[in-house]
Amino acid sequence: MRKIAANPKAVDTGTHFLDGNHAVTEGGLVSGANFFAAYPITPSTEIAELFAERIPKIGGIFIQMEDEIAALAANIGAVWGGAKVMTTTSGPGFSLMMENIGLAVMMEVPMVITNVQRAGPSTGLPTYVAQQDMMQVRWGSHGDYEIIALCPDSPQECFDLTIEAFNLSETYRVPVFIMIDECIGHMHEKVVIPEAKDINVLDRRWYDGPKGQYKPYKVGKDGIAPMAKAGDGHHMHATGLTHDERGYPALTVAQQKIVIPHLIDKIKNNADKIIKLEETDVKGAEVVVMSYGITSRVAVRAVQLAKEAGIKVGSIRLITAWPFPEKRIKEVAKDVKAIIFPEINMGQMVLEAERCAGGQCKVVSIPHPGGDVHDPDDIVAAIKEAIK
Amino acid sequence: MSEIRFSGFGGQGIVRCALIAGKAANIFDDKFATMTQSFGPEARGGACASQLVVSDERIAYPYVTKADILITLSQEAYDKYEPQMSDDGVLIADQDLVKTRPARDNITLHVVPATRFAEELGNRIFTNLVTLGFFTGITGVVSPEAMKNALPGLVPDRFLTHNVKAFERGYDYAKEVLGESKGKAKAGKTKVNKKKGKK
Repeated sequence: MRKIAANPKAVDTGTHFLDGNHAVTEGGLVSGANFFAAYPITPSTEIAELFAERIPKIGGIFIQMEDEIAALAANIGAVWGGAKVMTTTSGPGFSLMMENIGLAVMMEVPMVITNVQRAGPSTGLPTYVAQQDMMQVRWGSHGDYEIIALCPDSPQECFDLTIEAFNLSETYRVPVFIMIDECIGHMHEKVVIPEAKDINVLDRRWYDGPKGQYKPYKVGKDGIAPMAKAGDGHHMHATGLTHDERGYPALTVAQQKIVIPHLIDKIKNNADKIIKLEETDVKGAEVVVMSYGITSRVAVRAVQLAKEAGIKVGSIRLITAWPFPEKRIKEVAKDVKAIIFPEINMGQMVLEAERCAGGQCKVVSIPHPGGDVHDPDDIVAAIKEAIK
Repeated sequence: MSEIRFSGFGGQGIVRCALIAGKAANIFDDKFATMTQSFGPEARGGACASQLVVSDERIAYPYVTKADILITLSQEAYDKYEPQMSDDGVLIADQDLVKTRPARDNITLHVVPATRFAEELGNRIFTNLVTLGFFTGITGVVSPEAMKNALPGLVPDRFLTHNVKAFERGYDYAKEVLGESKGKAKAGKTKVNKKKGKK
């Protein structure tokens, strides 16, 4: 795919002191986001506010819609009009988006959705942290599909991974989710924004063949179909129904057998290229602590305390939560006594770790109902218990 | 590494204090700083705190466990956070808003008439900047130049000079206090940069 230069007007080059929400916004702008429909919701509101302020200055459009269902509908339409699209939400808004997330998946619409997670269910604790939507992002819409979800653990990574999210969404024509949480969203740290020329942005895979022959779902050599803009004179059709290469409804089992495996395989078969992990001292470790997002910043303290107590402990941080790093966890499980998995939910991603470990080692969940981060001592206690 | 907690009630500019100090440390002193804050439905008047960790290296664990430096601008904040601070930390309290007890353990207590100074400067809204100036002068965690450089963008443009004045009032008072306390046993514990002290 073609690399393009970031728009210098959208790049606030320099060293900044930003929170995660602000950093996501900067990342979206440098990636070329020029359409943003959303319904503001705590604790993600700053992203919508900042986009509303900034995006018109670079010729883009911000629309505050009546709700999150409509927001995603507008975003899907904008992509077919040729826009690069981003939106943001939290808990209840994420639930409302689910139907149209399925539509985006089925239509293979590239877009980036940030969920700044707060504690639920329902309205729950609107201003407090949680990591409770990790399974919802994977399975929340009906039907079988795959998505990509990233979990930054600092404002700098919020910026970097938003660019990555856009590039992945264009590469695989799939919605990509940035699953941050209230703590990362509101934590301020140093964020370095490079010069426009040093930012790696991928252009959409545009169709360049003759008019009249374009088919929205005819895949190219890399297994993904190029896109065209509605209104440019191509035959365009897109639907949530099972469709053929032209995008026309094809309501047959035979076509379902083509479409669904395609939606899944384009992610599954490229998992090795997509997945990013941060591993520390895993080799020779007795115990590995797995975590993501804000919890990894807490786990780091627990790992340090356990090491001071003489325990051989390593850590794995999920930068990519979905697709889950099955292969690597299977390998690691062979060599360790236990995987300890703290997360601010009652045990979600730990189930994946357990599935991959397949009984080769203990997998211990350290649940938290939400509202606060873990006490590092609770993680240390679990590490000590696991090596007994 | 310094663990700092600013505390008071909503509307005093408690979060703003940590934002200014964090920006100053990160951008103008070339250190690393991580700021976390209370984020809730608390409006003006409710309890409020912001935490800042400042270090020469990248900060892994972002939370304050035992504050080395505690700034309190309300009685509630003092009562809540004083017991959680380090036994040999620096405690800064507003003279009129906080009724302090004698400092426990090796804590160095500084009482600053920040609200009064702010009123002299025209409005008690500047209390947080007076306090920030005092904090800078006493602790030396961030340089006064960096703090002043950090102000544009974080205070309204039309009040920039007022805020700089408020900062300087607090900073100068800190230097006065340190000068007076020379020779006293506790003066040495405040890790003051001597060069800046002579200014």
